[in-house]
Amino acid sequence: MNSIKEIIRQYGGNTGLLLQIILAVQDAAPLNYLSEEAVNEIASEMNISRSRVYSTASFYSEVSLKPRGSHVIRVCSNAPCENAQKALILTSIEKELGIIAGQTTPDRLFTLECVNCLGACYMSPAIKIDETIYGNLTPDSAVSIIRRLRKEHQNEQSA
Amino acid sequence: MSRVLNHELIFNICPDRYVDLPTYCCHGGYTALKKVLEQAPETAIKEIEEAGLRGRGGAAFPTANKIKMVRSNPSDLRYIICNADEGEPGTFKDRFIMTHIPFQLLEGITIAAFLAGAGHGYIYIRHEYPEAQRIMRESIIEAQKSGLLGSNIMGSSYNFTLELFSGAGSYLCGEETALISSIEGKKGRPRLKPPYPTEAGLWNKPTLINNVETLSNIPKIIQNGAKWYRSLGTQDSPGTKLISLSGDVNRRGLYEVPFGISFNQIINKYGEGTKPGRAIKAVNIGGASGVLIPPDLLDTPLEYLACAKTGITIGSGAVFVLDDTRSILANVHNRLRFFLHESCGKCTPCREGLRQTNIIMDRLLSRKAVKTDIDTLTRYTRAIQDASFCGLGQAAGNSLHSSLMYYAEEYLAACQDNQLSHNKEVTA
Repeated sequence: MNSIKEIIRQYGGNTGLLLQIILAVQDAAPLNYLSEEAVNEIASEMNISRSRVYSTASFYSEVSLKPRGSHVIRVCSNAPCENAQKALILTSIEKELGIIAGQTTPDRLFTLECVNCLGACYMSPAIKIDETIYGNLTPDSAVSIIRRLRKEHQNEQSA
Repeated sequence: MSRVLNHELIFNICPDRYVDLPTYCCHGGYTALKKVLEQAPETAIKEIEEAGLRGRGGAAFPTANKIKMVRSNPSDLRYIICNADEGEPGTFKDRFIMTHIPFQLLEGITIAAFLAGAGHGYIYIRHEYPEAQRIMRESIIEAQKSGLLGSNIMGSSYNFTLELFSGAGSYLCGEETALISSIEGKKGRPRLKPPYPTEAGLWNKPTLINNVETLSNIPKIIQNGAKWYRSLGTQDSPGTKLISLSGDVNRRGLYEVPFGISFNQIINKYGEGTKPGRAIKAVNIGGASGVLIPPDLLDTPLEYLACAKTGITIGSGAVFVLDDTRSILANVHNRLRFFLHESCGKCTPCREGLRQTNIIMDRLLSRKAVKTDIDTLTRYTRAIQDASFCGLGQAAGNSLHSSLMYYAEEYLAACQDNQLSHNKEVTA
């Protein structure tokens, strides 16, 4: 795993690349978020104020300031997806995970979020899990994707 | 499934799969760049001007003028930014260009950069498109290895470097000055114009910002000439447009259509109409910031002038169909919620106005509103439109205004006092 120092060095310590540095630090963090310690370290390494780092980090919805699960599930909330019964998909996922949108499962495996537009309106309703977009979902198919991910995780743990 | 039809310009090679560099070159790829590097920049700029290419991101500004503005600004450094922050709900065209034909985009960026006199560029891709980011990153490396980016491009004296910059989930960063702030490492908030980015853009240097689709048109114009380009589309709007078709149609997908075709044709010919027994109730054109129009306006041709006359904004080319089972109010509310979430909070009309309009929409949808609420709603959205700092607030009420114009009865029917008077009339 890259240390924050290394990440900053990769970007040449350029304050213009602050957002890219924040995203890279978040990606390397075990809990998928930008911790207070990380903010402090970025600020002191780059010789900028902590408020400058927070100001940029808090503006963007893909940057999280609280711990998230290993897999981040993003449910598209926009009109094409909403019309394609996004509410049913969201409810089925919430039921399967036992949490509501904005929360993380107690085992820290999943975080559920609602987002604005994934650019997948041709296969609405769509969700994005980590880097992959899944479309044309039904409540059942959405649940089976999550069960598969959970099973993969269990296999990795026992291996 | 998505499919692309009528692929004259963008998807004219292999519309259904990724086109690699050798395949792209086999089909005339990079001949345009070679041609441009061998002649005076003015010649190519004139070709683009004669072709009548206009920005495809939504604003439809003449592309050649923008290039000329950047070029004519005396500066030691100039930049080019490819705006790939496609966040307009209902739009997915730029994503397809990047994942299917990345080298056409790279060639377009390099040509535009050369013409504008830029030596360095960024492609700003939204965070929600990891696949597009991966493909573009790999394509940039491949182009560098092949001498198509970097120093002495194609054996010429031209040097141009291109970097990928990832967005982080902000619709507003599609606005050019907000996008610049984001690359500069700040919050993605807009700033006052003028000065325009063509004069003082990234790091205060003249900057050319164009949409993915606009830049992807350039190699074809240079390759085949302005006359050929004008043979597609109409006199007012030459060329083709990528249409992202979604909603209640049988075949949702991305279609490349010539300008001049009617919205009815787009929906019926390409989208194969609505589901059996269902009629169109409304069509949203141009995404969340676009308008909602009734079916009797669907014969309007896809053309900037004709659409402006009817009050239609082509925008990024989203066509989202609602059939007769849908609630207009619920759809408008969805859009207003979207804008409230994406408002950066910089100016009061947008930040507070959208909060208030959403409260009224909540009341309407829960049947707790009264008729005067509709007047307040109209007044507030007018204020947001007139007084907002940037395009986000100015366009946020478009769907609401158009729906009040065409579907006022739905708003009235949702009001409590209307129900009471209606009931009285029935009992009387």
